[in-house]
Amino acid sequence: MEWTDEGIVLGVRRHGESGAIVELMTRARGRHAGLVRGGASRRLAALLQPGNTLHAVWRARIESQLGLMVVEPVTLRSDGLMRSAHGSFGVTYLTTLLRLLPERDPHPGLFATLDAILDAFEAPAAAGELLARFEVALLAELGFGLDLTRCAATGGNNDLAFVSPKSGRAVSRAAGDPYADKLFPLPTFLIGGIVPPSLADMEDALRMTGHFLATRVLEPRGLSVPDARAGFLAALRREMAPGAGAR
Amino acid sequence: MSRAVAGPEIERLIQLLGRMPGLGPRSARRATLHLIKKRETLMAPLALALQDVLGKIVECQVCGNVDVRDPCTVCTDIHREAGVIVVVAEVADLWALERANAINAKYHVLGGVLSPLDGVGPDDLNLGKLVARVQAGGLDEVILALGATVDAQTTAHYITDLLRDSGVKVTRLAHGVPVGGELDHLDEGTLSAAIRARTTL
Repeated sequence: MEWTDEGIVLGVRRHGESGAIVELMTRARGRHAGLVRGGASRRLAALLQPGNTLHAVWRARIESQLGLMVVEPVTLRSDGLMRSAHGSFGVTYLTTLLRLLPERDPHPGLFATLDAILDAFEAPAAAGELLARFEVALLAELGFGLDLTRCAATGGNNDLAFVSPKSGRAVSRAAGDPYADKLFPLPTFLIGGIVPPSLADMEDALRMTGHFLATRVLEPRGLSVPDARAGFLAALRREMAPGAGAR
Repeated sequence: MSRAVAGPEIERLIQLLGRMPGLGPRSARRATLHLIKKRETLMAPLALALQDVLGKIVECQVCGNVDVRDPCTVCTDIHREAGVIVVVAEVADLWALERANAINAKYHVLGGVLSPLDGVGPDDLNLGKLVARVQAGGLDEVILALGATVDAQTTAHYITDLLRDSGVKVTRLAHGVPVGGELDHLDEGTLSAAIRARTTL
């Protein structure tokens, strides 16, 4: 058995004295692990950091084996990501979320989304927006997609302003106003709005996606929201605070 | 299946030595044979030393270092700068910094770094005592001497958040070109870190 693909490093664990077991989010084969010989060496350890995109060749005698992986760098981002608090917490959180996917189950859309997100993740303003979009995409991939295209009450697609915490469907301003305190605000950047989101918009979006991730994905599996998410949000607030110099 | 060439006690010694870092079954056999040859001069003192350390070893309740006394030798050393704490992930890192004679400060051993893959969260690290030491006052600087990995740097950011309101300066190690390093032999990540961390001459 042999395949060649691109993959984003999700995690790495030492194996013996010099090897490492690396877990990649591959373009065509989903989450896939393999043993990298010499993975603990100085050269390879720098490549095998979460967030880096690698070219990987995987070989095994039979498909169910862990297999050996040979990797080469494609895009090395981990250094840039680990320099900032939002980058470190963000990539830790993203890789933790991706471990919710079953192994070797292809999710090419999610790979492309993750690759694009990580490319733009160094700027805090972009990171908050992209993380919210990623959570929406992940919910959809896991079968709990939100319907943000039309109003759950009227069926129309104008002036969508809220999301129902029960159904995950959008609600128009007219229909939702009387229940505004029970609904999540729907930031326009999640439905194609062109105005760059403010910190408040991002917090609204992440509060909403966080609710659905917790209640529909994590809690049924007996999991809690990863600590890194709170760390990411705190860093985002700090780095985007007036005078912090974030753009 | 290979036949045993020695009695169960010796085979057990070979097995145990084979679990040591850097030793495999073959080198464990060599080490065992060496110990047997040097019974009086090496094996007996080694057995006594192991027994002695086993009976006395404790974890320092101040910093998390391992020693035969609590507080440890480092914490009780009055010649060390008391206003600086170097935070390291493991005791091996403390020993490495001491070997390099790089700084004359006190230490704090976390016992690992945050790692979702390995299920290591903040509660699994020696963080409460670090916060208590900082809150106790008398500190000027906390140096986060953690590795240049995403997990280690996430831990560094987490600690920075914990100590943000303490008023103590929190610094971390520089990342870049190692001493004696040639640029064309460096990996791309290190080169990129070195360019970002460049300084004015």
